[in-house]
Amino acid sequence: MARRVSPTRIVVSTVAAWACGLLIFFPILWMVLASFKTELEAFAIPPSFLFFEWTTENYITVQTRSDYFHHAMNSIVIAGGSTIIAALIAVPAAWSMAFAPTRRTKDILLWMLSTKMMPAVGVLVPIYLIFKNLDLLDTRVGLVAILCLGNLPIVVWMLFTYFKEIPRDILEAARMDGATVERELIYVLTPMAIPGIASTLLLNLILAWNEAFWTLNLSTSQAAPLTVFIASYSSPEGLFWAKLSAASTMAIAPILVLGWFSQRQLVRGLTFGAVK
Amino acid sequence: MATQQTQGLARGLLSPAVGLLFVWMIVPLAMTIYFSTLRYSLLDPGAETFIGLDNFRYFLTDPAFLASLLNTLVLVGAVLAITIVLGVPLALLLDQPMIGRNIVRLMVIAPFFVMPTVSALVWKNLLLHPVSGLLAWLSTLVGVTPIDWFNDAPMLAVILIVAWQWLPFATLILLTALQSQDEEQKEAAEMDGAGAFSTFFHLTLPHLARPITVVILIETIFLLTVFAEIFVTTGGGPGLQTTNIAFMIYSQALIQYDVGSASAGGLVAVVIANILAFFLVRIVGRNLET
Repeated sequence: MARRVSPTRIVVSTVAAWACGLLIFFPILWMVLASFKTELEAFAIPPSFLFFEWTTENYITVQTRSDYFHHAMNSIVIAGGSTIIAALIAVPAAWSMAFAPTRRTKDILLWMLSTKMMPAVGVLVPIYLIFKNLDLLDTRVGLVAILCLGNLPIVVWMLFTYFKEIPRDILEAARMDGATVERELIYVLTPMAIPGIASTLLLNLILAWNEAFWTLNLSTSQAAPLTVFIASYSSPEGLFWAKLSAASTMAIAPILVLGWFSQRQLVRGLTFGAVK
Repeated sequence: MATQQTQGLARGLLSPAVGLLFVWMIVPLAMTIYFSTLRYSLLDPGAETFIGLDNFRYFLTDPAFLASLLNTLVLVGAVLAITIVLGVPLALLLDQPMIGRNIVRLMVIAPFFVMPTVSALVWKNLLLHPVSGLLAWLSTLVGVTPIDWFNDAPMLAVILIVAWQWLPFATLILLTALQSQDEEQKEAAEMDGAGAFSTFFHLTLPHLARPITVVILIETIFLLTVFAEIFVTTGGGPGLQTTNIAFMIYSQALIQYDVGSASAGGLVAVVIANILAFFLVRIVGRNLET
C-alpha cells in the first residue's frame, strides 16, 4: 500500500495541480471579487485584483431593485418541491425493483433511462401548449411538475443502485428472529437506506436548482427561479457587472456548498451507476 | 423467493413511477408527431390543416437546418475533444500524491455546479468582453489586439464556456475510475521496469476506455441540446453562427410561432438522440445485474 514517493514528485505535482485548479476556478473567484467592487471598478482597465474599495452595496441593490429573494424563494420551492415529490414516487418504485425483482425489472430500468435520453426540446411545443391551455405558464406548480418528471428516472436509478447494496442476509437474519414485515422495514431497512436516499435527494436538488431549459421557456417573472432571473441580465441597461456578479454569487453559493459534499454521488448518479 | 403477496405489493409500489413516466413520454411525443403533420401557427389559431410530411420537407431543406446541424456537431465535437483531451491528464495529475488534494479537487469540480446562465454571462462579460474583459486586458499586456469573441468567433466563445462547464465532469469521472485501478498491477509494472509512458498506454489508458466511453455518451446527450448558454449570450447569432438544433427549434416554436415545423424539428432531434441513447443504454445495461 505505502509506496515510496520522492519529495520532488510531491512538490511538482502539488504545484502543477494547484496551478490547474486555480485556473479552472478563476472565473468563479473573479466573479466573487467583482461582486464586491463598484460598477466603475468592475469595468475598469487595468482591473484591480484585491486592492479596491470593498463594498457590499451590490448585494443590497440587487435585492431592493429587483427583488432577489422572490426569485431565490422560487428556486427553493421549485427545486425542493420537485425533489421531494420525485422521491415520494421513486422510493417505493426503486424499493420494489431492488427487493422484489421480476423478469421485467431490467427492461423497466433501461426504459426509464431511455426516457431521460429524450431531448427536452423535442417535446417543447406540446408542453408549452399544454401549459398555455392549463394556465400553468409562469407558475411554480407547473415547473415543479416538469422538473419532477424530468428527473424522476435519475432518482429511481440512483435509489435502485443504493438499495441493491443493502445486504440481503440481514433481512433473513431479522426474519429468523421473528421480525414482522413492518418491524423489518422500520428497524432494519430504513436506517440502512437513509444515506442513499439522502445523497440522491442532494444530487437531484442540485440538478433541479441549475435546470435552465424548462425554467427559461416556461417562466418569465412570477415563478421565475434564479436561472431566469440571472438571464435577465443578458439585456441590461448601463453598467451592471458588479450587480450581475453579486446576484450570481448568491445564486450559486448554496449549491456550490451542497455540490462539494456530493461529488461521489454525482459520478454515480450521472453515469447511472456505470462508473462508481 | 418472493411470495405472491409481495409480488402484488411490489407491482403496486412500482406502478405510479412507471405510469407517470409513461404518460410523460407518450403524450407529448404523440402530440409532437401529430403537430408535425399540420400547418399550425400560433399566430393563426384554429386554421390548422393536415399537410402530411411537408413540415419535414420544409425543416430538412431549410438552409438553416443544415447550418444548425453543422453547428451542433461542431459544438458537441469540440467540447468532447477538449474535455477528454484535457480531462485525462488532469485526472492523472489529481491522482498523484500532493499537498491539499481535496482543495484542488473542489476547485476543479466547482464549475459544474454553476448554473448555465451564470457561467454564460460571467464569461461573456467579465472575461470575454472585447474592451473591459480580463482576457482583453491580458492580450493588450502581451501586445496582441483583443478578440471581439462574440462577433468574430462566436462559436469558439460558446465552445469555451460549455467546455469549462463540462471539463470538471469528465475529470471527476476519470478520476473516480483511476482510483479504482489496481495499484498492485501498476507497482508490478514499475518493478518490471516499465516506464511512465508504457504504463500509461498499456495499463492506464485501457483501464480508462470504459469511463471515457461513458463520458462521451453522457456529455453528448447533454451537449446535443445546449440551450441556456446560447440563449443568454448570442441568441443564436450573429446570423446563424451559433444556432444549434435545439435553439433553432426553440426559435421556430416560440419566436416564429410555427408549431408544425418546430414539431418536425423536435422529432428530428429525438431521432438523433435516440441513436446515441441506444448505445448508452447497451453499455449501462451490460453491467446491470438484477
